[in-house]
Amino acid sequence: MSREDVLVTADWAEKNLGTEGIVFLEVDEDTAAYDGGHLPGAVKVNWTTELQDPVRRDIPTKEQFEELLSAKGVSNDDTVVLYGGNNNWFAAYAYWEFKLYGHENVKLLDGGRKKWELDGRTLTTDVVAPARATYTAKDADNSIRAFRDETVDAIGNKNLVDVRSPDEFSGKILAPAHLPQEQSQRAGHIPSAINIPWSKAANEDGTFKSDEELTALYGEAGYDAGKATIAYCRIGERSSHTWVVLHELLGHNDVKNYDGSWTEYGSLIGVPIELGAGR
Amino acid sequence: MCGAPDQAVALPPGTDLSKETVLAGRVVAGGQPVGGAFVRLLDGTGEFTAEVVSSASGDFRFFAAPGTWTVRALSRSGNGQTVLNADGPGLHQAEVAVA
Repeated sequence: MSREDVLVTADWAEKNLGTEGIVFLEVDEDTAAYDGGHLPGAVKVNWTTELQDPVRRDIPTKEQFEELLSAKGVSNDDTVVLYGGNNNWFAAYAYWEFKLYGHENVKLLDGGRKKWELDGRTLTTDVVAPARATYTAKDADNSIRAFRDETVDAIGNKNLVDVRSPDEFSGKILAPAHLPQEQSQRAGHIPSAINIPWSKAANEDGTFKSDEELTALYGEAGYDAGKATIAYCRIGERSSHTWVVLHELLGHNDVKNYDGSWTEYGSLIGVPIELGAGR
Repeated sequence: MCGAPDQAVALPPGTDLSKETVLAGRVVAGGQPVGGAFVRLLDGTGEFTAEVVSSASGDFRFFAAPGTWTVRALSRSGNGQTVLNADGPGLHQAEVAVA
């Protein structure tokens, strides 16, 4: 897998808007962002209602994912280009779900909404009504998804990469600093985890850093390329960003996203927790 | 820089300024508010902590912890940054000029 298989540039996206067989999907943390202006022809995906099960805490089932993509007009052989705000956090989370359910031709718009807006490229409020398609998903590929027990077993064995901010890692705060700090679960991090904030993998304009910069970043932070890896954050979307870096851009084989992340781990009874800045 | 609550800043219901450290302010260019700017919160070591988009009136807000912070704004009108010292819980305000 090379960078060209994973990312598209804003220039490429602009030239390919409206092209048959290429579907642009916008996924934002702020679910109202799309309505204020989106790429021409792009279809909105709401992560809170469409990229998770509405009742259980889980990703959509295979059937729910099939229904979602069918409703968004996505066919199995379409190339899907995902983009969003907040440095593509939720677009990366969607990318991971698309890979989990076996969609091969999925790409991220490098820089997401931020670069697009800073470049002054066209945004429109035109209503997009996709024609319904028939989508068939594959069974979930759990080789890229970590669950809680294997995460506990990974302590001291695998690379545990905590991609939250240093203050969340040390236990000083419970959520990113643009969100209210009202959670009640325990603070801290999984013992033996290394803290490599997702933001270190991104440039200021939201694009991913070069492969050389990324390799150096993880190497210097103590990432062992010879070991399997589990990445986690608070609810699994920032760690999707890092999963894209490690598995898709740098091509490490055994890399899983722990989507339960700190909101699950930090609420478990009896598991070990470490406080402070770590090693 | 002061920790006294300012009623002019709208905070979510239930925000307890005796416990929470809120950093808030406005992005301006030539004295005019800049909406849609990308406002990045960097900690005392320059490490990225969070990012929000300024409102139509140029306003931004972070929930953080006491400490020294840099607020950096990126916009089509240019970039700029300012340093904010939050010495304790409460509301701490700053204006970020971009050019």
